[in-house]
Amino acid sequence: MTRTYRIGCGAGFSSDRLPPAVDLVEQGELDCLILECIGERTLAFAQRDRRRDPNAGYNPYLERRMQALLPVARAASTKIVTNMGVANPLAAGEKTAQIAKSLGIDDLRIAVLTGDDVTASITHDTALWEGGTVASIDGELISANAYLGAEAMADAMAADVVITGRVADPSLVVAPLAQHFGWALNDWPILAAGTLAGHLLECGMQVTGGYFADPGYKDVPDLANCGYPLIEFDATGSMQITKLASAGGLVNLATVKEQLLYEVHDPAAYLTPDVTANFAAVEMTETGPNRVQLDGVTGAPRPGMLKATVGFDGGFLAEAGVSYAGPGAAARAELARTILKERLHGLNAKIRFDLIGVDSLHATAKVAADSNPQDVRLRTAVRTRDPEIAEQVLWETEAILCCGPAGGGGFRRSLTPSIVTYSTSIDRTAVKPEITWITS
Amino acid sequence: MSRTVRLRDIAHARSGDKGNDSNISVWFADQAGFDAARAQLTPELIKQELGGLVLGSVEIYPLPQLLGLNIVLRDALEGGVNSSLNLDGHGKSWSFLLLGLSIELSAAAPA
Repeated sequence: MTRTYRIGCGAGFSSDRLPPAVDLVEQGELDCLILECIGERTLAFAQRDRRRDPNAGYNPYLERRMQALLPVARAASTKIVTNMGVANPLAAGEKTAQIAKSLGIDDLRIAVLTGDDVTASITHDTALWEGGTVASIDGELISANAYLGAEAMADAMAADVVITGRVADPSLVVAPLAQHFGWALNDWPILAAGTLAGHLLECGMQVTGGYFADPGYKDVPDLANCGYPLIEFDATGSMQITKLASAGGLVNLATVKEQLLYEVHDPAAYLTPDVTANFAAVEMTETGPNRVQLDGVTGAPRPGMLKATVGFDGGFLAEAGVSYAGPGAAARAELARTILKERLHGLNAKIRFDLIGVDSLHATAKVAADSNPQDVRLRTAVRTRDPEIAEQVLWETEAILCCGPAGGGGFRRSLTPSIVTYSTSIDRTAVKPEITWITS
Repeated sequence: MSRTVRLRDIAHARSGDKGNDSNISVWFADQAGFDAARAQLTPELIKQELGGLVLGSVEIYPLPQLLGLNIVLRDALEGGVNSSLNLDGHGKSWSFLLLGLSIELSAAAPA
């Protein structure tokens, strides 16, 4: 096929908004919609959910998304490609088939990709990118997932809905483009162009005005109704990124530049399972309102090994806070911090004490500027495998209400399980991708 | 003659995380700002200005055709999102740390 392919993104992370995705499918005349819903930790937590319940472990918003998107995608003949299967793609596929049936959508062809779970091939001697081996990690191994790519997805692309677990985010876009244009999977320059399209789309609204606005410096029109992006990709590898005219948000050189290097290190070597893409010489042109054309991407052969994420039990993250407001708020919060440090002294754990409103996020980088904030929150945080230590920190933070400075209120606490992830390389031959077909 | 300008007034930026590394891409409004930043924003300066945040090296990748610099900060996420005790474990707000830095622009250069 040589016809320009229209591909959009309707989720850039696991909890991304749904209504603009429905608008994009209804009005975007899309060939394909991707939904990117996996982060490094999302996957490890989903693996744990699946262990507790064999039917769990897929994206918690899968039902709502499919309910809303399947009818409009069927009406518009738009293929859906998503990694919402997370740790349990087969259960996600079955659930999607059930939803299609309940909506009266017959003969929906669902392809499910499995094989990214490589937990069984991890050993004590597996080397980690961060240094050391699996044996050197203090904490139970929970999961290991390899990043599969367009090659593993290729045979699934005839489906109406493709559901995967861990695949490289840009591969969600490369795979349908490769099928449409009939690309050879060793045509590095064109695979790199597809990877650029995938990279720009994978974070959803981060390229259409989300994660961008800075009032007075970078204003975004109607951010409340921000629309998801779509790319028109032509047979030469040139692409135009835009959004629905009816949607809020902004597509210009600035929004596209920021996303071009989002989570990229060396722009000349963006590694995926599909290709080594080179974004260093990319050219951008604004070709219309909310429309940017990209050219100049080049590509080199794909890496020999696949990347895998390995998750270990990290104990708990305990967090608690108390707020102070009005005159002297900062001084009272500072007093509370001093008292708590003394009361928790001797506990065998690294505890963080923030004064939110004075210095918290940037506390390590620099001392806060002089100011007299009227609304300050003391926050304590600790990571530990010892529930007793977590409880001590939470308890003492709460106790500050009655035996600390004046006017402290708004105590909240949370105790959440923590998972620590590392990266490793895995041989391509150790991974056995498999496709299962389900029809509604 | 030159004048001191805050990066926020001549550039925009975005930060992202990968493991315990952070990258901040900074994009300049004009050639003069890009050239000045290219010369003055050295890895040593950035490491020094960001206090105890950057424990590893700083690498800078220029994209001159787009007037951009990609600044990679190694070991700069307080352990990374999995082990940091920072509320912002991803370092999403690191871009604004950088935009708070200042450089010297020659007086002839446009604002």
